[in-house]
Amino acid sequence: MKEHAVLEMKNISKTFPGVRALQNVDFTLCEGEIHALMGENGAGKSTLIKVITGVYDKDNGEAYLAGHEGPVTVHSPQEAQKLGISTVYQEITLCPNLSVAENMFIGRGSGAGLNWKKMNADTNRILQSLDIPAKANQQLGSCSLAVQQMIAIARAVDMECKVLILDEPTSSLDEQEVKKLFNLMRDLKNKGVGIIFVTHFLDQVYEVCDKITVLRDGKLVGEYEIKDLPRVQLVAKMLGKEMDDLSDIKGEQGTYTSDRSEVVYEAEGLQSNAGIRPFNFHINKGEVNGFTGLLGSGRSECVRAIFGADRVLHGKVKKNGKEVHIHKPIEAMKNGIAYLPEDRKRDGIIGDLSVRENIILALQNLKGFFKPFSKSQTYKFADEYIKLLDIKTASADTPIKSLSGGNQQKVIVARWLLANPDYLILDEPTRGIDVGTKVDIQKLVLQLAAEGKSVTFISSETDEMLRTCSRLIVMRDRQVVGELSGEDLTQNKIMSTIAGGEAKS
Amino acid sequence: MSPKAKKSFQISDLFRSQMMIPVIAILLLTIFNLIIGPSFFNIRLEENNLGNAVLSGNLITILDNGSELAILAIGMTLVTAASGGQDISVGATIAIAGSAILKILCGDNPHPETMQAPIILAFLVGILAAMACGAFNGILVAYFKIQPMVATLILFTAGRSIAAWINNNELPIIKDIEFSYFGGFIPGIAVPTPFLIAVVCVIVIFLVMKFTNLGLYTQSVGINENASKLIGLNPVTIKFMTFVILGVCVAVCGLIKVSRISSINYSVIAKDIEMDAILAVALGGNALSGGKFSMAASILGAYVIQYLTTTLYRMKVPADALPAYKAVVVILLVVLSAPTVREFFSKRSKKLKTTRRGVA
Repeated sequence: MKEHAVLEMKNISKTFPGVRALQNVDFTLCEGEIHALMGENGAGKSTLIKVITGVYDKDNGEAYLAGHEGPVTVHSPQEAQKLGISTVYQEITLCPNLSVAENMFIGRGSGAGLNWKKMNADTNRILQSLDIPAKANQQLGSCSLAVQQMIAIARAVDMECKVLILDEPTSSLDEQEVKKLFNLMRDLKNKGVGIIFVTHFLDQVYEVCDKITVLRDGKLVGEYEIKDLPRVQLVAKMLGKEMDDLSDIKGEQGTYTSDRSEVVYEAEGLQSNAGIRPFNFHINKGEVNGFTGLLGSGRSECVRAIFGADRVLHGKVKKNGKEVHIHKPIEAMKNGIAYLPEDRKRDGIIGDLSVRENIILALQNLKGFFKPFSKSQTYKFADEYIKLLDIKTASADTPIKSLSGGNQQKVIVARWLLANPDYLILDEPTRGIDVGTKVDIQKLVLQLAAEGKSVTFISSETDEMLRTCSRLIVMRDRQVVGELSGEDLTQNKIMSTIAGGEAKS
Repeated sequence: MSPKAKKSFQISDLFRSQMMIPVIAILLLTIFNLIIGPSFFNIRLEENNLGNAVLSGNLITILDNGSELAILAIGMTLVTAASGGQDISVGATIAIAGSAILKILCGDNPHPETMQAPIILAFLVGILAAMACGAFNGILVAYFKIQPMVATLILFTAGRSIAAWINNNELPIIKDIEFSYFGGFIPGIAVPTPFLIAVVCVIVIFLVMKFTNLGLYTQSVGINENASKLIGLNPVTIKFMTFVILGVCVAVCGLIKVSRISSINYSVIAKDIEMDAILAVALGGNALSGGKFSMAASILGAYVIQYLTTTLYRMKVPADALPAYKAVVVILLVVLSAPTVREFFSKRSKKLKTTRRGVA
């Protein structure tokens, strides 16, 4: 084992039916370093992590841990925890129906005796020290997604780990929370903890990490010091090609502007029971606009109201100039509106059903209960979109839950494209997916707009919004506070509008 | 045809398939019975007390007595898939449906010389009664979001009293021989009618699944209700519908049950059948927490239970001790069907094949 290394993986291989997820991958983590693990969707990052933590058995290869002679075999996450390897996964894996304290201590029990008082006190102390706005006896499900994520991290941190694995921990956190998390990570690093950090945000990698390991198609591309690897090269290594696609996209923006003045959708005083103030909204043919604002500002609630996903209380809605009644998703769909929800796992995928069934569901439902597509027709649809969107799946009959996050998202996109709407709402379609797919989706959005479809695009990454949208609706505290277009579309202007511009802190 | 179907059948597919447990159970029971004595499988053509030539033998008994369970398994599978829970009131609602059918046939006099109404009318009233019970359960589960087992506990408790109340707690008896055809034999047909009815029900449900989206929608709702809502499905309607369909199945069972004895015993009719129906679904490898299902496996599961019961009777197991023996076999089967065990066998069979190939 190398000096200072806390974890060394050698020649790791892992095969799933139809997929070689990892092939002879080496990985070394030293103490007191933050090590970014980068790669596209399906590159093998999650698999590598699951091998390290004992969720999967490796087919080949050896693992070494500091303080243990010879190769170590980890059979289960519990064993990994005992060995000092703690993990916070991309999707929150805590139990929403238990209290915060119970979640902090679950699965770490040392015997049957439980000291509730001490557990709660300890939890409150940890929460306070990390500035997490939650209470020990609060039910976890009642916390926001971001707070739940932070509690998951707090839980991992509290287990006195030597290796901390953070798998996309920041995807649901806002900027402030990310800063707090980074401070925490630096603290831990100074204490000698080795941190493996998986993220899709390049900025974050360059902000906190010391080293980068890049994977591609289950193979190791290389390990680099952060200072030796400029961003462009990192992206190139991840994709396996030189790429200037990101800058290309900016150039395309001029091709569509709001000179097409045909209004496709218009809402006046729309309000749902999700706690947003009534708002006015319209979108033109071939336009891409977006809702922006901090986490919890009501972006998603607005588009859910448009789609009828929450209970609509008031509002006049016009589609193509005609007044329509949209109180249920099916009514929105019949009016040519599609909605890709923010939380893919909870609201998007039907996990046990196949890729094929997931793709056809929306169109099938539009067609009607008594008119099922023939099996061969559904295969035709599925194969067409698997090819069109380059969905990486073993077959059309593979359950969607066994696909990687980005490919699941593509399936949901395919579902709505197949339904052929003229107005698409994409709520965080690029969350937790790799750079390549992100670019694909952004390009797709612009292409759809060029074909005359209207798109409302929501993203936590302002960059992405600026690249794709020609008009931004800014939200703060559950109401629309401004609208930006043309020259006003700059980072600074958005920030100041979100912040309120005035002396408000 | 799908491209998948063209692929040759492989043993490892069977181990992964839901059909494995019921198929293996049938094979095991058959081998066991062959060892004990192959006379078990004898089928004879005999004259019954009405002078008709009918088939008899253990296999016929299985097909005959397993019918109610198979019909119930259809509805129970759908309810399980959509709502992730089970209806435990089916035994009691069979009593209600049966009682309603007898009430219409008897009119005011509990022991009429002739039937007071056409059987078809009585059957329709039975269907309405059972569908109303299903709708009641369905509303509680789908709309009020009460756990299925708790919601159906109400009719489970009250059902048999309601059934008795329908006929003023009297025991109606139908003397007309025509009514006994549904639970016995139709003159000139040697196959027991309940089995024929079950076959019709199975054909109907497979046609429905082929020509509607019932299967896709119930699975979708059972797997992810939130996502289903956002593709325009209405989980409330779909769950409600599955309970009503189960109601229809219950009515058919009710007709067969009361026809078998041309009367009804409120506290005994279809006793504990709900547990066997749930067991049939489980034996079919379907997750009782809902989601994906295989209808064929559930129906086969129902006949496995009857096969097991008949085998135990053959071994002269007293009726009182039957449940205990049954439990042992069921535990074995359910453990076999656990995903971990199935995966193990699937891996084994693959390895076996590769080594064989290596030798060749």
